[in-house]
Amino acid sequence: MALSRVSQQGIVLGIFAVMFVAFVVFLPGFFTTANMLTLLQNVSVLGILGLAMAIVVIGRGIDISLIAVLAVPPGLVLQMVQDGSSLPAALSVALLLAVAFGVFNGWLIAYAEVPALFTTLASGLFLAGFGQAALFSLDVVQWSPGMQGFEWLGQGRLLGVPLPIIVFALACLLVAFLLRSTRPGAYIYAVGDNPNTARVTGIPTRPIIVLQYVLAALIGCFAGLVMASSVNSMPTRIFNSTMIYDVILVVVLGGIGLSGGRGGVLNVVIGTLLIGTMLNGMTIMDVSYSGQNLVKGVVLLIAVIADSFVNPRNEETAQQGDI
Amino acid sequence: MQEALVKFKSRYWPDHLLGEILSKRWTETAIPMIVLIVVAIALSNAIPGFLSTASLGDTARQAGEIGFVVLGIALVVIVGGIDLSVGSMFALCDFCALYCLNVLNWPVPAVIVATIACGALLGSINGILIGYLRLRAFITTLITLIIFRSAYDLLLVGNSVKIASSMPDFPLWDFLGGGDVFGIPSVALLYVVVAIFGHIFLTRLRPGWHITAIGGSRRSAYNSGIPVRRTIALCYVASGALTAIGALFFAARLGTVGGDVGVGLEVTVLTATVLGGITLGGGKGSVAKALAGTLIVLLITNGLTTLSVRGGYNRMVLASILLIAATIDIRWLKNRNRIISKVYVAPAYHYLPPPPSTEIGKGGPFEQNDKLRDVSLIGLGRIEAPEDVILDRHDNLYAGSRHGDIMKFYAPDYERMEVFAHIGGQPLGMAFDCNDNLYCCIGGMGLYRIAPDGKVEKATDETNRSLWSVNDDSRLRLADDLDIADDGRIFFSEATVRYEMDEWPVDGLEARGNGRIICYDPNSNTTRTVLRGLKFPNGIAIASDRQSILFAETFGCSIKRYWFDGPKSGKVEVVMDNLPGYPDNINLASDGNYWLALVGMRSPALDLAWRMPDFRRRMGKRLPVDEWLFPNINTGCVVKFNEQGQILESFWDLGGVNHPMITSMREHRGHLYLGGIANNRIGRFKLEGADPNFVQYDKRWGKQA
Repeated sequence: MALSRVSQQGIVLGIFAVMFVAFVVFLPGFFTTANMLTLLQNVSVLGILGLAMAIVVIGRGIDISLIAVLAVPPGLVLQMVQDGSSLPAALSVALLLAVAFGVFNGWLIAYAEVPALFTTLASGLFLAGFGQAALFSLDVVQWSPGMQGFEWLGQGRLLGVPLPIIVFALACLLVAFLLRSTRPGAYIYAVGDNPNTARVTGIPTRPIIVLQYVLAALIGCFAGLVMASSVNSMPTRIFNSTMIYDVILVVVLGGIGLSGGRGGVLNVVIGTLLIGTMLNGMTIMDVSYSGQNLVKGVVLLIAVIADSFVNPRNEETAQQGDI
Repeated sequence: MQEALVKFKSRYWPDHLLGEILSKRWTETAIPMIVLIVVAIALSNAIPGFLSTASLGDTARQAGEIGFVVLGIALVVIVGGIDLSVGSMFALCDFCALYCLNVLNWPVPAVIVATIACGALLGSINGILIGYLRLRAFITTLITLIIFRSAYDLLLVGNSVKIASSMPDFPLWDFLGGGDVFGIPSVALLYVVVAIFGHIFLTRLRPGWHITAIGGSRRSAYNSGIPVRRTIALCYVASGALTAIGALFFAARLGTVGGDVGVGLEVTVLTATVLGGITLGGGKGSVAKALAGTLIVLLITNGLTTLSVRGGYNRMVLASILLIAATIDIRWLKNRNRIISKVYVAPAYHYLPPPPSTEIGKGGPFEQNDKLRDVSLIGLGRIEAPEDVILDRHDNLYAGSRHGDIMKFYAPDYERMEVFAHIGGQPLGMAFDCNDNLYCCIGGMGLYRIAPDGKVEKATDETNRSLWSVNDDSRLRLADDLDIADDGRIFFSEATVRYEMDEWPVDGLEARGNGRIICYDPNSNTTRTVLRGLKFPNGIAIASDRQSILFAETFGCSIKRYWFDGPKSGKVEVVMDNLPGYPDNINLASDGNYWLALVGMRSPALDLAWRMPDFRRRMGKRLPVDEWLFPNINTGCVVKFNEQGQILESFWDLGGVNHPMITSMREHRGHLYLGGIANNRIGRFKLEGADPNFVQYDKRWGKQA
């Protein structure tokens, strides 16, 4: 019973444990408090983005535009402060932009019924283009004196723990509370599990889908603020990177199925820890960036293959349209 | 006045075409095509020389390269997957080609083979993982995207300088990169060839159908025995190989291995796929859609680059067009069927004068009576839906059944019943030819021949396609009744070319001349349509001169006569019109007259509605099908008429208990055998004063038992 019920989450946790122990044993300098904190700090932004993605994926969607929303509204905050606005004003404009963007995404997906993958692909492109064309004068938006004090969010420490880690932990608790203890959270699971049934049962599926994307945009914007304050600038070209794939990997590896309705915050934490440990260990071993990616890919592949053996899918159990 | 206008409009306004055009599969591609045309026009207005030969040639080159990748991903999407790793595969194949050529100095053909093999190999990794190990396509190709890309980056580190330092010169390689035939770039030529093959493959060949079937429903495909896993795996291999072809041309054209080769290609290609209208999730897609999507994306990106729009605006415009086009396309695909179901029924004006009275006490040939009350019943509860009945010269009785069988009841008591032949479709009208073969019209299938030993053969299931019809009317949808001329030619009616058999009452609601009479000649095995535009032609009987047929138009409420031979050849005359009911089968009577079944009686409401096409169209749009006004088929009668159009006798069952619905009747040795398509019995009625030795077969073919 116990063995036959090992989930993907369990496998990933196992790989994480094996890798962690191996690093502890064979890699000097890995298991130190300082390195552990660095590890967590490095993946906290990824983890926060993973939470945003998790909400959407649980609701049977996907949000490719997260990186755009990570880059553009926080970049706007920096730019506006640089141009002389007050920090609160800039923050509210950025939040409004994020919400509007989330509503736009959600409306297209829920009401116009454009596939989520495609909508967010295009809308992310749009938002990035908008930032590039209309908002920023330079690709990297610099920190300005008006932002004084805000860098605490990314660089401060509380009881010796870097703040991004605490922020990630708080975000986890908040999202977990939302998903597990509130009505909209339950609705998100219902919509993700079976949209038609959810609609027939009387759940307002379309508003719930819009809500998912608004939440994702807000969390993404927040992750961007954490990132900007930890490096004292906003490199808006990050949109061109492959970071979105890392976010999807965190979520899917952690065990949140792309078919929706499964998983939770714990899965995001597990996925984040696995990726973080792997990258940290390899950095210590001085593996090149491409080499790190290669190893990352192979480990991920092993995890996914192992899952397919433990939880086999066949033509009878596979869900139609689940790609 | 107003009615004349309605009549005029209904006759000359091609109302029915809209629904027929919309039901064509190619209209699904309409939106991408329109977007493509709009984009092309807009850009050619904005950019002088945008549609010049040089510019087009350049676009065609890029279109070819990306087009191959789009074809590959289209295949994968149609089979129900996705391939995000194409960009990385593209880079690796590009590297493979240039490494083999520049560093290993292989001859060009070997390079081509090696590159395609490399692509197929990379694709087979995806294929094995997704097809055989059944991993999820999205996450798997996402991971292989990362793996292939980092492999490419690692390979570059040692080799990019070596590749860049040598520049071998081969004519064939240059032809791939920049050559053309009559101004058409080499890559575009090959693309056309591959695309045409791809179209035939997807629409005409078995593996292509398998792919679409798997994408449509993997479970059903698996259960119907399609090799699902192998097919899926091969799709990814094909995707890899097609990507390799694209990369080969790219390598020949540019000859570089930069770090950004193929980065983000998967986004471009996916965009093209979705814009072309290939549904993510599988089961829907075509080569034309892939091509349209490719061209749209490429024209937009190239146009914007030429216009030297700032990077940001470029992205915004591209994204907006993508979203707008996708939204329109999705709304269109979603609502297309709804629109079709609303506009397909195109009612026509149909005027009938007030019917002759059938009331008791009013006199007249149709005066109701109760003669059929005492019919004896054959096969009660054992047969379903005997539309037509027929007797052979050994007195055995044959009738069709709803289950696709022809049942045989043995003389003399017709108690013993067995399946004479299994056909698979609903048997309708039947007739024996001079060699005891039973010809039978099968609804939805065509005309079939059953030999005396019960062997079933298809006689014909298609006729010549009319030149100007939108619907493909070559297939027989509803062959209904038949009779056989002296020389063996078979004349049979097809009730409607616009509806399937189960929708026949809808054709009555439409009251448009959708039916036709078709002639099948077994001597030359040819089928030709001889008469068109009939209102649900039904029963057919050879007339006494053996040169003409009598046929009934069910919703025309008339009997007409058509000469196929002799001095009046080709002419049609009305024998009787304005019948009080809807005529069905016609058969010979022993006294040289004809029996006619009226399947249902007219009602004033439908008669009035037939004069009001707009009313019926509104009804079709606003009401669910089961609440439409339909012809009454609950009660009817049998009448006897002669070729002069006089009704001689009528037989009714007023109670409607014993034999309520009659679609056919045969006279045989002093009895009348009655069939009805909604009945579970065959009626046998003793005719007073009829020839007790009359056998239709003997009378028709001059043989004696």
